[in-house]
Amino acid sequence: MIERIAALGRSGLDILEAMGRSGMVLFHALWAWPNVRTSFPLLVKQIYAVGVLSMVIIVVSGLFIGMVLALQGYNILNRYGSEQALGQMVALTLLRELGPVVTALLFAGRAGSALTAEIGLMKTTEQLASMEMIGVDPLRRIVSPRFWAGFICMPTLALIFSSVGVLGAYAVGVLWLGVDGGSFWSNMQGSVEWGEDVMNGFIKSVVFGVVVTWIAVFQGYDTVPTSEGISRSTTRTVVYASLAVLGLDFILTAVMFGEL
Amino acid sequence: MTSITSTRLQPAANYVEIRDMTFMRGERAIFKNVNIDIPKGKVTAIMGPSGTGKTTLLRLIGGQLKPDQGRIVVDGHNVPELGRSDLFEVRSKMGMLFQSGALFTDLSVYENVAFPLRVHTDLPEDMIRDIVLMKLQAVGLRGAKHLMPSELSGGMARRAALARAIALDPDLVMYDEPFAGQDPMAMGVVVQLIRLLNDALGHTSIVVSHDVQETASIADYIYVVSGGEVIGQGTADEVLNSDLPRVRQFMQGLPDGPVPFHFPAPSLEDDFLRGSSL
Repeated sequence: MIERIAALGRSGLDILEAMGRSGMVLFHALWAWPNVRTSFPLLVKQIYAVGVLSMVIIVVSGLFIGMVLALQGYNILNRYGSEQALGQMVALTLLRELGPVVTALLFAGRAGSALTAEIGLMKTTEQLASMEMIGVDPLRRIVSPRFWAGFICMPTLALIFSSVGVLGAYAVGVLWLGVDGGSFWSNMQGSVEWGEDVMNGFIKSVVFGVVVTWIAVFQGYDTVPTSEGISRSTTRTVVYASLAVLGLDFILTAVMFGEL
Repeated sequence: MTSITSTRLQPAANYVEIRDMTFMRGERAIFKNVNIDIPKGKVTAIMGPSGTGKTTLLRLIGGQLKPDQGRIVVDGHNVPELGRSDLFEVRSKMGMLFQSGALFTDLSVYENVAFPLRVHTDLPEDMIRDIVLMKLQAVGLRGAKHLMPSELSGGMARRAALARAIALDPDLVMYDEPFAGQDPMAMGVVVQLIRLLNDALGHTSIVVSHDVQETASIADYIYVVSGGEVIGQGTADEVLNSDLPRVRQFMQGLPDGPVPFHFPAPSLEDDFLRGSSL
């Protein structure tokens, strides 16, 4: 019994220690005046790797989720004779919830795991150590541009996801199922509010972007430098990031829409 | 470049001074109260059997690891006490050749060698090009400048890493097993290159190796490390002809002796009689 309590205490201390280390990693990575001449090209390269290369999965997923939403929404709304509200339903669902959350989950799987594996492999092959010995801080050179790229790309990808989702819903709802196009767009315009819907969804995606990228870069930097260590870190990134996104989504939704 | 904010100690004849240094890994002492001097402008070799912490010693000098006690003074700065930015400034005067080469896999050989020049200097591109080609010429890889690290053999990668380590003409160059994996021709070149660079550029070299003949041929002074302590030291001749049993065993390559070949373990009979349990 005592051993179990001791083990619980040890794992609690390990978690607190890891959280402290991750905070220090982020602090050292970001706490410096950026050198535009050297930092900007690195940031652009990472925006391409993290954002542009994630576009395919985001666009395809957004399109299909928008189409499925339209199909499901049409079937339910049709029972009450209110299929004209399809545009409103799809837009609010995407902007408030599915856009930020599904994008963050896909982002964790596609870009987060890649970031962890890349940084972890750099550690395993002593590239981070050799960078340190050349007198270059890998936290600023490797971690910082990747973090900022995630911070910038995640909200952008969420907006693209929601936009493509609306187009998918239009294709299914209006072009296939015959909902009136004018009603589709005008109901959407009438019900979607800039502050409550668009901005709240944007804030969610910014928070998810910070959390997912932070977890990904820390797991890579803190990996045990073996092939098994990289495998575990990559898995941890996807699991921790997904759970963090879902948990934070509940808290943010409660604060934004739950009148807390 | 900003100046180091911490107090600098009195300049000494030694570029590196290690005093009463102890370093633990868990319960195991890798070094126990070790004292080592690395004189300026000389080639100093750290030799010893595998697993005695030679690479760890280089990482301690470079500040990548912190000792549990004692001082490691590099160019007048006590490395374990340096702050993060000061440490990076001290490291900019060091070059290190890693055992694996540790080339940046997303950069070509040329860009790898140019990397320290780009981050630490404002030299124009044509001058960077000339310096990189000179360094690559020195290690025989000028023709491989456009290759990616994945296209190099292990020995070539090590030579490219050597070119990168000396790109900034650092005050201190640390070589971690520079001869391992080199064919005899390349090994001869690397042996000469370490000596030549040290004499021509006047920097200080630390060579960690267990290749006795090659290291002894270029080292001004040799430390033999085993079991967490310095078991012998002196010039190459002194160490090669040492009467100390542990030093003699290592330098003459005797398989067993006072330095055990086997990692500490229970007797072989006990292990076999234990059945399936580990």
